[in-house]
Amino acid sequence: MTELTELGVAQIRDGVAGGDFTAVEVAEAFNANVAAAQEALNAFIIATPEKAIEAAQATDAKRAKGEALGKMGGVPIGMKDLFATFDVQTTAASHMLEGFKPQYESTVSQKLWDAGAGMLGKLNLDQFAMGSSNETSYFGNVISPWKRNDGGNAALAPGGSSGGSSAALAARLCPAATGTDTGGSIRQPAAFTGTTGIKPTYGRCSRWGVVAFASSLDQAGPMARSVQDCAIMLEAMAGFDAKDSTSLDLPVPNWEAALSGDMKGKKVGIPKEYRVDGLDDDVAKSWDDGIAWLKDAGAEIVEISLPHTKYALPTYYIIAPAEASSNLARYDGVRYGLRDLPDGANLQDMYAATRAAGFGPEVKRRILIGTYVLSAGFYDAYYTQAQKVRALIAQDFAKAFEQCDVILAPTAPSAAFGLGENVDDPLKMYLNDVFAVPASLAGLPAMSVPAGLNREGLPLGLQVIGKAFDEQGVLNAGLALEQRAQFAAKPEKWW
Amino acid sequence: MSTYRIQGATGDWEVVIGLEVHAQVTSNSKLFSSSATAFGAEPNSQVSLIDAAMPGMLPVPNRECIRQAVRTGMAIEAQINKWSRFDRKNYFYADLPQGYQISQLYHPLVGEGSLTIEADEKAGIPADKVIGIERIHVEQDAGKLMHDQHPTMSYVDLNRSGVALMEIVSRPDMTSPAEAGAYVAKLRQILRYVGSCDGNMDQGSMRCDVNVSVRKPGEPFGTRTETKNVNSVRFVMQTIEHEASRQVDVLESGGKIVQETRLFDPTTGSTRSMRSKEDAHDYRYFPDPDLLPLELDDAFLEACRASLPELPDAKRARYEGELGLSAYNAAVLTADVDTFAWFEALLAETASAQGKQPAEVAKQAANWLISEFFGALNKLGKSLEDSPISHEQAAELLALVGKGTISGSIAKQVLETMFETGDNAGVIVEREGLKQESDTGAIEAKVDEILAANADKVAQYREGKVALFGFFVGQTMKAMAGKGNPQVVNEILKAKLG
Repeated sequence: MTELTELGVAQIRDGVAGGDFTAVEVAEAFNANVAAAQEALNAFIIATPEKAIEAAQATDAKRAKGEALGKMGGVPIGMKDLFATFDVQTTAASHMLEGFKPQYESTVSQKLWDAGAGMLGKLNLDQFAMGSSNETSYFGNVISPWKRNDGGNAALAPGGSSGGSSAALAARLCPAATGTDTGGSIRQPAAFTGTTGIKPTYGRCSRWGVVAFASSLDQAGPMARSVQDCAIMLEAMAGFDAKDSTSLDLPVPNWEAALSGDMKGKKVGIPKEYRVDGLDDDVAKSWDDGIAWLKDAGAEIVEISLPHTKYALPTYYIIAPAEASSNLARYDGVRYGLRDLPDGANLQDMYAATRAAGFGPEVKRRILIGTYVLSAGFYDAYYTQAQKVRALIAQDFAKAFEQCDVILAPTAPSAAFGLGENVDDPLKMYLNDVFAVPASLAGLPAMSVPAGLNREGLPLGLQVIGKAFDEQGVLNAGLALEQRAQFAAKPEKWW
Repeated sequence: MSTYRIQGATGDWEVVIGLEVHAQVTSNSKLFSSSATAFGAEPNSQVSLIDAAMPGMLPVPNRECIRQAVRTGMAIEAQINKWSRFDRKNYFYADLPQGYQISQLYHPLVGEGSLTIEADEKAGIPADKVIGIERIHVEQDAGKLMHDQHPTMSYVDLNRSGVALMEIVSRPDMTSPAEAGAYVAKLRQILRYVGSCDGNMDQGSMRCDVNVSVRKPGEPFGTRTETKNVNSVRFVMQTIEHEASRQVDVLESGGKIVQETRLFDPTTGSTRSMRSKEDAHDYRYFPDPDLLPLELDDAFLEACRASLPELPDAKRARYEGELGLSAYNAAVLTADVDTFAWFEALLAETASAQGKQPAEVAKQAANWLISEFFGALNKLGKSLEDSPISHEQAAELLALVGKGTISGSIAKQVLETMFETGDNAGVIVEREGLKQESDTGAIEAKVDEILAANADKVAQYREGKVALFGFFVGQTMKAMAGKGNPQVVNEILKAKLG
């Protein structure tokens, strides 16, 4: 029998249901991997082995009684520490919320527990989901399990902000994990670690109980090691939630059942603006591979234009910080979380001290940017203008989708970089999301699937962007790529 | 046009006034959460995760609050915007958990409307005047800081946090304290009619920000100041009086008016500076990304319109026209919801008790209510709300008068007994033998007795001293213990005296 920790969501679900192994056995196996890797990888902020076992026992008991086990029955997962979990510390990887135990459960995590999943722990991330390398976490960097094949031992970034999720998946610490994607935070870490993740259409997954970064962009999604696993988990996570006014009031399709890698009759758009000058050779090659694979799957390839692509990143870095500056105002030391009250401090002093101590440098940078772009005299030049450009970017996609069913592009402009390589250059860091951000601004479903390894032996991801609400089209194209990429590489265990 | 002027050393000054009224929307739950909104609850007992701005919490608009604001807009004949949007107003304060107030700056729910204040010569309002209303927008209230609970710390009560307010912004159309007072009173009256705000100014359900500037007649607007959170009609008027004279003094002594926020001190009746424009917050308004634009469909608007009650102006006109009441009585009875509700209930029951149309008994009911009943209540220090008798009981009393069973003066006595005992009028009249005597035979017999006993006065009367008629009436009534039907007594006396 294969090791249980090599199994994915579908295999565990079916194996538990079929009696090949018990849910408790699965949970124990993953709990052991989590514990063994914690020191080296730092993928979790806290582990909750007892929660995983508890859920597994419930699943096993249900099975014994012959009851239905749910979409995620017996599957232990990692929970990005941006989702509020009842009475379990929820930090957004910040000092501000260190020790904060919500007395509520996010809608998405509750849906997963209701579907039979169990929680292995709370996964590390960039602080308040702001970052592309997981280096902004108050609880330390997550180390990617991947190493370059140059014989060196450089610690690599697992991507961000869902870097705990991606690292844990690649290192077999969990078969699936939740992610959130504001401007690439599911797709880029998936690409960096040879894993799979989908950001659904904005509004598919409730934002209720997810610590907010940028409300008009934040969207939860599944991360796993296969397209099918993503489809299963997304079914469990998605659905209308009356508690989120921006939630989509649409039925959740049965994505898993309708999965098909057959692309006959489908048109795949290749956006010429993504073929930027100086695009990494290996990235360009993997993109060409992807085009060939989808052709092979029966698709017709068409060149499309997304003319406002070059404005996407600046637009994103106005809108996201603007919303963040306001969303993070609630962390003021008054009601919960960190309070820094120097001797003789008045209210203003308390705010200043608390926020100075509670937020890391990247969070502060974005609050400052956001405050600036919303301030009197600059609002129209920045925020209003950015909203107009955002509308143009969405229009670009709408026009493109008149000619094609899905769009294929690289997920990120490079493979994983070394920790510390980009920390002093925020602009270079922000460029990581240049291919991911446009779909976020347009609210479109987009996923990353592993395409292969670059010359350094590091994974590269391919991104599929679909029409609004057409997660099925995205998953199917992703499956077609997956079937042909035959990505089987995994990091050699060194931890 | 108001003739209100401030007489300065350099001549007359006009006052220009605009009001922003914050009215708490009557609803069971808050604007974006399901917490209760009751006044006076234990601190922090009506606070949801949303109101406390816990991480990941999201606002969901309360349909009822929107409905009430739309109905209010319709009551001032305002434009209702079928597409509106919520914006965040960002600032830090301990009573503002989110760090922003959800409000509507750019696209308010309700646009241009107006209301009419009535002429009041005595108050210096020579004619009816239309006051423009620029907009009504919906927003969250903040919590409350309590500074008296601890020697070194302030406490926060979040019960009010997130409660729905309507901000009703007038045009700078008022030119005297009296007009401003009349505007607030009229607005309050409309809100209470519509049922969208209870108008309890002492509980903070209605607060005014008073914008005042002065100018020489014919000149452009002067610089204005804004006095915040004034919470009674009288204080609004005092604020304007004080602020206008202060501004005139400043200008006449060569100074300049600073655009600033001021506070009203009810103990001194004066205003003082709170913060100037230079320290004004930059609120960084932007559309709330947690909320979609608010789109109202025709069915919703139609339902709002259909649910509107008869409004004060229309009701007053109907009382005068259809019911034939005097202008004064109509004004008194329509002044407040409690009053007209009582009157209309009384009217319906009085009409049915006497088998008549409401219009036939309206004057009787109105006169009795205003001159007898209010007086009696006042004596007890009670209001209609805690009246010791119900309108059914009052209608029974009026029916006894209407049918001639008792006289008006006996009715007063019966009402007093009703207040004391809570018994019904009929029971009291029966028990105390207060029924009016209308039997002509019995009255004739009494009249004959009186005339016989006072032959000298009869002679004087017949010689032309007609003023003695009252004496005979008095004697007869006295002899009948007040129960003689006055009309019949008069008729018989007249006949017998020739």
